[in-house]
Amino acid sequence: MRQTKSSNFFTAGKLLVLACLLTASAAASEPGNGTNIFAPASTPAKMVAHLSVFVLAITGIIFLVVFTLLAYSVIKFRARGRDANREPAQVYGSTQIELAWTIIPILIVVVLFLATARVLHAVQDAPQPPGAIEVTAIGHQYWWEFRYPKLGVVTANELHIPVSDPANPNPTFLTLLSADTDHSFWIPELAGKTDLIPNHPNRMWMDPQRTGIFLGQCAQYCGVQHAKMLLRISVDSPEDFAAWVRGQQQPAVQDATVAAGRRVFESNACMNCHAVGATPANGRFGPDLTHLMSRVTIASGAAANTPENLRLWIQDPNAIKPGSLMPAMKLSDSDLDAVVSYMETLR
Amino acid sequence: MSSNAITIPGVQIDEKPWVDTLHEWVTTVDHKRLGVLYILYALLFLVVAGGEALIIRIQLMFPHNQFVSPQVFNRLFTMHGTTMVFFMGMPILFGFANYLVPLMIGARDMAFPRLNAFSFWLSALGGFLLYFSLVGANGLYGAGNAPNVGWWAYAPLTARAFSPGHSTDYWTLALLVSGFGSIGTAINIITTILCMRCPGMKLNRMPLLAWLNLVMAGMVLLAVSPLTAAQMMLLIDRYLGGHFFDTQAGGSAVLWMHFFWIFGHPEVYILIIPCFAFMSEIIPVFSRKPIFGYPVMVAATVSIGFVSMSVWAHHMFTVGMNSYANSFFTITTMAVGVPTGIKIFNWLGTMWGGRIQFKTPMLFSIAFLFQFLIAGLTGVMLASAAFASQLSLSYFVVAHFHYTLVGGVIVAVFAAIYYWYPKITGSMLNETLGKWHFWLFLIGFHLTFDLMHIPGLLGMPRRIYTYEPGRGWDTLNLLISIGAFIQAIAILLFVANLLISYFKGAKAGNDPWDAWTLEWSTSSPPPTYNFASIPVVASRRPLWDLKHPEDPDSQYE
Amino acid sequence: MSAMANPFPQTSAAWSLPDRGKVAMAGLIIAESAIFTIFVVAYLFYVGKSLTGPTPREVLETPIFYSICLLSSSLTIHFAAKSLARDRVGAFLGLWALTIVLGGTFMYGTAQEWHRLIYEHGLTISTNLFGTTYYSLVGLHAFHVTAGLLMLLIVAIFALVGRVGVRQSRRVEVLSMYWHFVDVVWVVVFTVVYVLGR
Repeated sequence: MRQTKSSNFFTAGKLLVLACLLTASAAASEPGNGTNIFAPASTPAKMVAHLSVFVLAITGIIFLVVFTLLAYSVIKFRARGRDANREPAQVYGSTQIELAWTIIPILIVVVLFLATARVLHAVQDAPQPPGAIEVTAIGHQYWWEFRYPKLGVVTANELHIPVSDPANPNPTFLTLLSADTDHSFWIPELAGKTDLIPNHPNRMWMDPQRTGIFLGQCAQYCGVQHAKMLLRISVDSPEDFAAWVRGQQQPAVQDATVAAGRRVFESNACMNCHAVGATPANGRFGPDLTHLMSRVTIASGAAANTPENLRLWIQDPNAIKPGSLMPAMKLSDSDLDAVVSYMETLR
Repeated sequence: MSSNAITIPGVQIDEKPWVDTLHEWVTTVDHKRLGVLYILYALLFLVVAGGEALIIRIQLMFPHNQFVSPQVFNRLFTMHGTTMVFFMGMPILFGFANYLVPLMIGARDMAFPRLNAFSFWLSALGGFLLYFSLVGANGLYGAGNAPNVGWWAYAPLTARAFSPGHSTDYWTLALLVSGFGSIGTAINIITTILCMRCPGMKLNRMPLLAWLNLVMAGMVLLAVSPLTAAQMMLLIDRYLGGHFFDTQAGGSAVLWMHFFWIFGHPEVYILIIPCFAFMSEIIPVFSRKPIFGYPVMVAATVSIGFVSMSVWAHHMFTVGMNSYANSFFTITTMAVGVPTGIKIFNWLGTMWGGRIQFKTPMLFSIAFLFQFLIAGLTGVMLASAAFASQLSLSYFVVAHFHYTLVGGVIVAVFAAIYYWYPKITGSMLNETLGKWHFWLFLIGFHLTFDLMHIPGLLGMPRRIYTYEPGRGWDTLNLLISIGAFIQAIAILLFVANLLISYFKGAKAGNDPWDAWTLEWSTSSPPPTYNFASIPVVASRRPLWDLKHPEDPDSQYE
Repeated sequence: MSAMANPFPQTSAAWSLPDRGKVAMAGLIIAESAIFTIFVVAYLFYVGKSLTGPTPREVLETPIFYSICLLSSSLTIHFAAKSLARDRVGAFLGLWALTIVLGGTFMYGTAQEWHRLIYEHGLTISTNLFGTTYYSLVGLHAFHVTAGLLMLLIVAIFALVGRVGVRQSRRVEVLSMYWHFVDVVWVVVFTVVYVLGR
């Protein structure tokens, strides 16, 4: 794309804002995976970031002008000793001045509105191209269910989508539903947030333009563990994505060595809430566990997916996520070890 | 310190027993006493809700902090918001309206003194009910607990299925009851202003405080009622098996949002308009000039009143309304910024060419102008639905509304207290303590709320009891929390000033600020009957006319 | 400045302001209208959206007679207030009593309708969205009619013992404003529920 004057301006503006933000958070922690709305990696986020810089610039100018007037009047018109007993000229108003400072703000409003409306339409009313990846996201208290209806994939909490080349876009379109209360899907570097509301399906899209991990979390207070309803999106190259999909489409690994654990799983209430493909377990209240080991975290990002954490989670979810809706299963130690071993085979 | 006592030299008057004083205050129908009761009540809840905020900030000082459990945290932010809006903001502004409006329009009391008292006690009952939940709510886990559904109480989180026990019901009932009190007070204010002005005080000669409280009261009638209706619907859902917000029966969670925000947005204008009134009275006096553009100030306020009823869904930019609806609410929200901005310019115009005195009320007023400017501009950012798709539900919004509510409302209330405390009590507040209060509060406020915008831009959502490290939020949250404590110290200084000055403050006299509206023509504190004889006025600044008979305002109006 | 002296100039210009009672009642009516509006919006929003159960078309019978009763009571109360203003207490009492009877008849009609809906058609507030919104809206109105009737009764009792005369006519007028409001709300509710909603 030709670098026009305005896009130079936007780039410069964005860099300035980004620089300010990075400086401001510099003393913070190590530069982790970002959730910075000014580091967009996908078209909706980029359009919003562009617009945001424009809005910031205009409001910045307004601020400078008014602040200068305020500071000037506070300094210039302060009462000095010698005029302690004299009142200044009693001015009641000025029609011209008041007209000016009415009309100029109205014009500014019109400009900002038009800029906003353009982005709104571009983002919200974008048609879904054929071949776009379709994901249905269902919000639960306190985890995310992801289904790829056309690919026959069901997973939870961690989303994989393919990278999109701007020249040949391959966007992902999400349908957002909820099984209980209101949630909100927010990955700042990929798109603005959209809520998941029961009985009110929503739609959003993103086309990430670089591979990598993108983080986010639920943004609408949904109950006790709203804070730990984390999101992790892995944007993969087309080959990696295809490989991941193939892996997810496989039935559950049947490993005879963990038969004991599988028996514990299927004879306790586990299978009422959880599903493991091609087994009798087909509960939908909790995350699908068929490929649990393909995920980096458990409990929607609350803990790393390690055997120790898994064991602790199954033993007492409240130890990791107090208020989580998974009950402590009160398994004996041997049952617990067995079921963890079983889980460990579900790659 | 009875304001009724006439001192007759040589006669011994026995001290009244304290029970009699208590009885007088509890049964009072005098607008001045009710005003003081409202203000004291609100200051109490300011301290309580401020304490809740401090606990929240301690929990958020470090990622994965465990100062309080998630359950307690969620109750804290719900109670903090609900208390500050309904039991601090509304009462303190009703208190000032109650105290000042009759005095400023030359009346002896409000139109309906008994309704006035009834409304106050209803509001007080509401606050009591909210906090009684700590004892009485008997949730699923046995002990009483406070509501934890957020101060907007979105459906279906408030359904029986997701909020068992009675904590949500205490939230609902507390607001329902105090809502009736608010409506009663609003009717009283409107009737007083329209029907009890002193002779000569045509509507265009009323002090701006009276005008702005008239608009505010009108908005209360139109805005609090939808909340009342929504709460009735919520109670019907929770107790009579209704389905208003029952998504399983085809009901709509979004409908609750619409109803709540049809209340919620005008509510914040209800909170800020009386603060505009304070600014419009204080800034002229300390600039030694009349307000710049009185007619436009009235027109701007009335238009804010109307336009603000059409912007509510900017609180719902993320719920999936179509792009036309989002565009509509973008333009109306930006439009309401125009009359608001005009007011800032008019206050600047008042100061321009004046002789500004930097007494404490004026310091807080200047801070108000600076902070409200910034808050208005971040409001313009949030008005853009596209920009808001990133900013909504994040700490950017929390920073914005605290900028308006703390940097705007609370700062204006401080200005009002420093300005009218002499009239109410007869003693001046200490200027030195006032300046300490001002500067400490300013530093703490800006440390907290300037920085708070940044975690929002870096992706930190609101209402989270803890957060992940490594996203750039850690140091910022620590500094924000430190700022909160600095503000707390400033408020302690303020409370100390209120108490010390009551007993030891310099005598105020009728008119310590050399001001121009009617309340300064009577004694400090005023007698129960306010004025010996009802004043007759010929201009907007009757006392200016008296003090400057050679150049009265009545010549120019 | 002594509290005794009046520092302000005297004026003999006439100074009249609106009547307190009427302004306050207007304010109350505005607030109540806002509450009713929200219930009407909910009703209209949910028309046709019930997932189950009886629909309005199946079970509602248009209450023409009882509506005429209620709306006529606006006329009778208007003339009652007028009579009192002219100190014709006998006429006032008769028309006032007629107002109460008409209002009471309307309430009887509502009770009858609800009885039929509940026991013959199984429609309750928890049946479906129609039930919830119907009983809430009509019930809220009926509650306001009841409150109005209570106030009318109180005035009737005072009138019967001779305490109501021309000097109370202003207050009676304020009360009649409330009654007119209740009737106007019924026109809206009637249109929404029995005309639009079917």
